[in-house]
Amino acid sequence: MPYRVLVAKPGLDGHDRGAKVIARTLRDAGFEVIYTGLRRSVESIITAAIQEDVDVIGLSLLSGAHIPLTQKLMVKLNEAGVTIPVVVGGTIPDQDIPTLQQLGVRKVFLPSTPLEEIVQGVTAVIEHYQREEMVG
Amino acid sequence: MDKPEHTQRQPKTDTRALPLRKTLSGLPVEPLYLPADQSGSYAEKLGRPGEYPFTRGVYSTMYLERPWTMRQYSGFGTAEDTNARYKRLLAEGQTGLSVAFDLPTQIGLDSDEEEAEIEAGRVGVAVDSLADFEVLFDGIPLDVISTSFTINATAPVILAMYMLVAEKQGVPLTNISGTTQNDILKEFVARGTWIFPVEPSLRLVIDSVTFSAEHLPRFNPISIAGAHFRDAGATAAQEAAFTLSDGMVYVERALQRGMPVDQFAPRLSFYFYTYADIFEEVAKYRAMRRLWARIMKERFGAHDPRSQMFRFGVVCGGKSLTRQQPLNNVIRVAYEALASVLGGVQSMFTAAYDEAYALPTEESAILALRTQQILADETGVASTIDPLAGSYYVEALTDKMEAVIVATMDEVERVGGMVRCVENGTIQRLIADEAYRSEQEISSGEHVVVGVNRYQSQEAGQLHLHAYDASILDRQRERLQDVRRRRDSRAVQQCLHDLQVACRDPQTPLMPCIVDAVRAYATIGEITNTMRDVFGVFQEPTVI
Repeated sequence: MPYRVLVAKPGLDGHDRGAKVIARTLRDAGFEVIYTGLRRSVESIITAAIQEDVDVIGLSLLSGAHIPLTQKLMVKLNEAGVTIPVVVGGTIPDQDIPTLQQLGVRKVFLPSTPLEEIVQGVTAVIEHYQREEMVG
Repeated sequence: MDKPEHTQRQPKTDTRALPLRKTLSGLPVEPLYLPADQSGSYAEKLGRPGEYPFTRGVYSTMYLERPWTMRQYSGFGTAEDTNARYKRLLAEGQTGLSVAFDLPTQIGLDSDEEEAEIEAGRVGVAVDSLADFEVLFDGIPLDVISTSFTINATAPVILAMYMLVAEKQGVPLTNISGTTQNDILKEFVARGTWIFPVEPSLRLVIDSVTFSAEHLPRFNPISIAGAHFRDAGATAAQEAAFTLSDGMVYVERALQRGMPVDQFAPRLSFYFYTYADIFEEVAKYRAMRRLWARIMKERFGAHDPRSQMFRFGVVCGGKSLTRQQPLNNVIRVAYEALASVLGGVQSMFTAAYDEAYALPTEESAILALRTQQILADETGVASTIDPLAGSYYVEALTDKMEAVIVATMDEVERVGGMVRCVENGTIQRLIADEAYRSEQEISSGEHVVVGVNRYQSQEAGQLHLHAYDASILDRQRERLQDVRRRRDSRAVQQCLHDLQVACRDPQTPLMPCIVDAVRAYATIGEITNTMRDVFGVFQEPTVI
């Protein structure tokens, strides 16, 4: 079974070049990709992730609001009892990476990350999570 | 007489055997261009600057009388924060202003709405009502300084605010100059700050174009923008083709309103990204000048030469900047600025080297301005008009670029025209194809990006970046509440009611109602909600 990934644009930012390139890259690497489109609320992203039964949620963030938006998503995921792993990509200053990791983000992809590294990174996150689940 | 030594010792290599290179956008480049690569007559293809077909420049004197306008895109936090930055930039020799708005302002949300709170004052200045504009332009003489507003879906509201601030400063409307971007078609394709569906959105654009033609003779009500196509992935030729096609839609729509072409066309302007392939960019701008002049004259019957002039601004930076080795971005932007000036630009924004991370700091923003000032005052590039004209390569590439742009425009026409292609996601898909191709070329190393896939080095120490000030939201909320408390609520309700009635009748111009509402201190959220109730919301085709 191919892995399923939700590529999501939370917040109000309309820049989707990165999200679309990542969506195509993962699709060409054999993933099943669902792209939310722009300006999705955290609630609608979580609903889509559950309905589509995805293995990972990828957030694309370029407006500088990556910390509060990710925090909002993680809180709502916890409230909903959803444990789907989350990765984040976009224009994120290095000093914000630890904060995102503390919020529970499994991996942060910075601009100009080679595409194969993204495929490997997302795959590793999913496989790691699945091993955790099996161990319980 | 003996020939000088160096010409006798020319290598005998057959240049035809050398591998063909490509421009950044993939156009083939010959190793050597010769007189035989030129075609057409000088008068027909080039002419004098300031004369049809304007290939060599829109003005007869170009930079000899006045250099291009240096206009750094800037805005953050509240109106006070941004006003202080503007005053600093003007003191440092900037010659125009360019307002960056936050996302809630761009999509018509008040700062205290739930969806807006996280983003208020973040990527630009927060504006909710006329009260913010009064602070934003405090102490800035609007009869001297021109201002460009990167605003689209809510452009009519911002235009109204600008007019009313000028009125309060005692500046006659005939004297204010500036630009609203107001190019909604490209927002549906890239950048994404749309609100209403395509047709009512176009109605608002044309309303402000015709209003402006009647009341604001020195104001550019629209800046037809290719920049965002480019930064989303389009090639140089696609950027040009989609933008000129968008421009034709706006002209057609204004003509359908019964407005004579020469009444509004002189105030149409354009906006693009310049990337680092110098000659490709020069060719792009020269080809677009020639094409737009022909389109306006031959297709739309414009007689006034000003209607045929392709006046444009540029941004240098964007996707061409890299996170790795950020100081390299200073060099990239300098080359891009050089290309823009060789291409005959009217106004320019050079991005700061730290913009691949965050908004610029004051220090990096001033360095970016200095990049333009050094170009203007030290390099001599502005000393003569269109200095690359007659270059075998540049003229051949200009012709090639023109041919590819025309072919792309014809293809858009063939599959239903720009409006349809935007609604059904065709343009979005074409651009996403190129973005993917370009990213694959960077990943494979075929397209070299210094510091990213060649000459990588250990990252240096951390940059000092612009920090988001968490007090913005409280300060902005306070002013908004103050405005709501002090205004005449019944007058506001009446204006919003009148606006809603006007929206329901497609024949009624909306600008006068919007001006009245803004004058009564209705907020951008209230005005947008009023229109959204009638017009609905754009349904985005999610294309990957």
